[in-house]
Amino acid sequence: MTAQATRAASGPSRALGALTPRMTQICGADGVLTDPAELATYECDGLTAHRCSPGLVVLPTTAEQVAAVVTACAQAKIPFVARGSGTGLSGGALPRADGVLIVTSRMRRVIAIDRQSRRAIVEPGVTNLAVSKAAEPFGLFYAPDPSSQVVCSVGGNVAENSGGAHCLKHGFTVHHVTGLQVVTPDGQLTWLGDGTGAAPGYDLVGAFIGSEGTLGVVTKIIVKLTTIPEAVTTLLAAFRTMGAGGAAVSAIIGSGILPGAIEMMDALAIEAAEAAVACRYPAGAGAVLIVELDGPATDVARETAAVRAICEREGAYEIRAAHDAAERTAIWTGRKSAFAAVGRISPAYIVQDGVVPRTALSEVLDKIAELSAASGIRVANVFHAGDGNLHPLVLFDDARPGAAAAAEEVSGAILDLCISHGGSITGEHGVGVDKSKYMPKMFGADDLDTMQLVRCAFDPAGLCNPGKIFPAPRLCGEVPGVRREPHPLVASGQIEQF
Amino acid sequence: MTADPLPRALAEACAEVRTAGPADAVAGVAPRFVARPGDLAEASRLMTAAASLGLTVVPRGAGTKLAWGDRPESCDLVIDTGRMNRVLEHAAGDLVVRVQAGLGLHRLAAVLAEAGQRLALDPAPLDPAPVAAAGREGLGDGPDARAGTIGGILATGAAGPLRLRYGTPRDLAIGITVVRADGTVAVSGGKVVKNVAGYDLGKLFAGSYGTLGLIAEAVFRLHPLPAAASFVTVDAADTDAAHAAITAAAGSPLAPSAAEIHRPARGAPVSVGILLEGDPDGVAARSARMAELLGAGCAVATDPPGWWERGAAAAADGTVVRIAFWAADLANVVRAVDAAAAAAGLDPVIGGSAAAGVIYAAAGESAAPAAVARFVLDLRTAVGANPSAFADGSPPPSAADLPPSRGSVVVLHAPAGVRAAADVWGPVPAAGLMRAIKDQFDPEHRMAPGRFAGGI
Repeated sequence: MTAQATRAASGPSRALGALTPRMTQICGADGVLTDPAELATYECDGLTAHRCSPGLVVLPTTAEQVAAVVTACAQAKIPFVARGSGTGLSGGALPRADGVLIVTSRMRRVIAIDRQSRRAIVEPGVTNLAVSKAAEPFGLFYAPDPSSQVVCSVGGNVAENSGGAHCLKHGFTVHHVTGLQVVTPDGQLTWLGDGTGAAPGYDLVGAFIGSEGTLGVVTKIIVKLTTIPEAVTTLLAAFRTMGAGGAAVSAIIGSGILPGAIEMMDALAIEAAEAAVACRYPAGAGAVLIVELDGPATDVARETAAVRAICEREGAYEIRAAHDAAERTAIWTGRKSAFAAVGRISPAYIVQDGVVPRTALSEVLDKIAELSAASGIRVANVFHAGDGNLHPLVLFDDARPGAAAAAEEVSGAILDLCISHGGSITGEHGVGVDKSKYMPKMFGADDLDTMQLVRCAFDPAGLCNPGKIFPAPRLCGEVPGVRREPHPLVASGQIEQF
Repeated sequence: MTADPLPRALAEACAEVRTAGPADAVAGVAPRFVARPGDLAEASRLMTAAASLGLTVVPRGAGTKLAWGDRPESCDLVIDTGRMNRVLEHAAGDLVVRVQAGLGLHRLAAVLAEAGQRLALDPAPLDPAPVAAAGREGLGDGPDARAGTIGGILATGAAGPLRLRYGTPRDLAIGITVVRADGTVAVSGGKVVKNVAGYDLGKLFAGSYGTLGLIAEAVFRLHPLPAAASFVTVDAADTDAAHAAITAAAGSPLAPSAAEIHRPARGAPVSVGILLEGDPDGVAARSARMAELLGAGCAVATDPPGWWERGAAAAADGTVVRIAFWAADLANVVRAVDAAAAAAGLDPVIGGSAAAGVIYAAAGESAAPAAVARFVLDLRTAVGANPSAFADGSPPPSAADLPPSRGSVVVLHAPAGVRAAADVWGPVPAAGLMRAIKDQFDPEHRMAPGRFAGGI
């Protein structure tokens, strides 16, 4: 990922300057940032290779303020981008130099919890883990658990349809949200759905979740809460080779067991985690498997024994079981620290997020190893083995000339592998700016055109997080394919057509 | 009356096109033509031809849910998916299946069961099968003629008791191939469970009643077929007792797959049924614990109680109303049904997925349309009104923090007279946005016009 220069427009425009007093009226003086040094702190999200200082930052505290901010942007035809905690890994919250960045971190209320209905209403700035913490006294938790859950916001989870380690069994954000209050790109505050999960009409909640902030700004979220399982066991199994670990995964799933989570790390990822957090995974492991089983106590006991037996049969040379919460945390620490940990063994890295059908995993991992050997670029593998979601960490030294481009090439080749094996270019991080150029490899022109009909319905003016997901925006109302002059956006110099 | 001559464009687009007969009526609206495309390409050519002729289109699978929703304002062409009824790919190792929309639910279940898997959907069957479906090739008058096709189930969002644990069709679909009104074929999602690339059109098309386009294929994630199942049932003396039982079951750590109620008439006991699935020893242990939890009078059996799935199963000419609510409101909702029913002179059967916040009220064919209309109106006012108490544990949020309504009442299945008299859909949140979506996907409003919510 080459470091990208500041975007096309050259810094905050006069139109933005004219908007500042109105924004100050709406959000208060301490809710508006104009100082360049402060703006720069928002120049990127978790995808640090793409940076762009926002033209203006606002920090609203209520849904009404968000609506007023968006209305003002719509009237002035100024683009806007929403940002939760800024942990996203695809540049979904990458700001516009000619636009407003709406930061929701001050909207942090857990508004209410309905224990019997197993619902909670929260504001978008609430962290993912804070929802579970608030629900715990009622014997409930919020199931989608991205590794960044201590920091990441539920609003961001909605934008990306975040998953996490437990989503093969428990689902993703879209399975756990039954209502949204949003500000549509024209500034209207409106509810989508009603919290029941069975509201009449089109499933706008389902369409909005995972739309990466391009259809509006979410201001309240009605989440489903799940009964805390009676028992949880966490196993760590060490194998000499990735092949053996993969075979164990197939055997576990093939036996009819649906684990709560089933994660795998290769030797390089383990090395990094050890350097970062001293997780003390078994020495000499070619692969470690973390399997978590949850549910009623008798079922969990039986499944744990079955999983142990399978791992042993597939050649696990050491199996550890967590006997309490502390041991469980210890097992997970290595896995959850993996991304950040590779920083210990490499100056720079690219995190990928491809998905392949689980049955294709071992073949794809072999091919990644071939790519790595052929290019001389190391790739550490961490992945959700149960659902085939890979996170190859492509390691490089950005001080060496050409290293970044070579790493980008390997990274792209890995995504091509995912596509050719019938998978996806992104399992949970989103497309954002990071992968929009791969969208035409995964989808045809008609597919992308059809998806953009949704965008045209919500945001005909094209002001809401523009430039994300789709490589070429669709002019709303146009008939695609029939063109005699250059596309208007090409003619005006705003985009290039490859 | 002379038959409509078949337009040449239609005949050229599709090998099987004919003029419609009386059995092809859609909610009482007589179509002119019926076409049965054999594959995706033919379906696309057919839709393109329909567009060129300006025909209104209603897709049809087994026809079990054609009586759902409002009657269409116009229906020139019925597109029958009966020939597109194959399992395209069953990747058992990945717990994924890709199917054509015309495949019957039970046919699919049989294929999946051979690999020890299932699609976790159990929508209630119609009883008896609609006249048009009987004898239709591939469906006969077997279970699929009553249960319906994958396309129809997806298009109407039909779900059954398993919705508590596994959700509705939109929760299980991971990919979709549609044909737009102008004939364009579009794919969204894919064949893997983890996939956030692009917008999820499957969510929009699920429950869209054919108003956005034709669902041609869909991909679903599967689950292992449980080795054992057990039904723990008890008859609760009244609504409050049933509510307590449902709350206890759903809040327990025993992981029920379903928690249903059934009450055949006002004043009758409310039957409560909890489905537990999984490994045989585990199910036996959990059933014992569940029986203990629910108290005296419990029975444990391996077969479902006779009333299981009856809640939403409509007699062919009866009315089924679906009520969605926040689960804590169950007792209030049942009381609201009783009040509205009494005022209208009705005594509907009540039943459904109480723990999931969806139940059904079914009135027989003899119910007068005006009475049903009044029942629906009164019920709608009562359901979803924001409560003064917000369940235990929290102070009630202010109105500004709540959606305007926390529930809905929709007429699902109804005879023509009831549909004409009643407000079938009621108010819908964000109707303007929905109309904007409709305008983008079907600018000429030819796909099942008038059938859907918000006047769509």
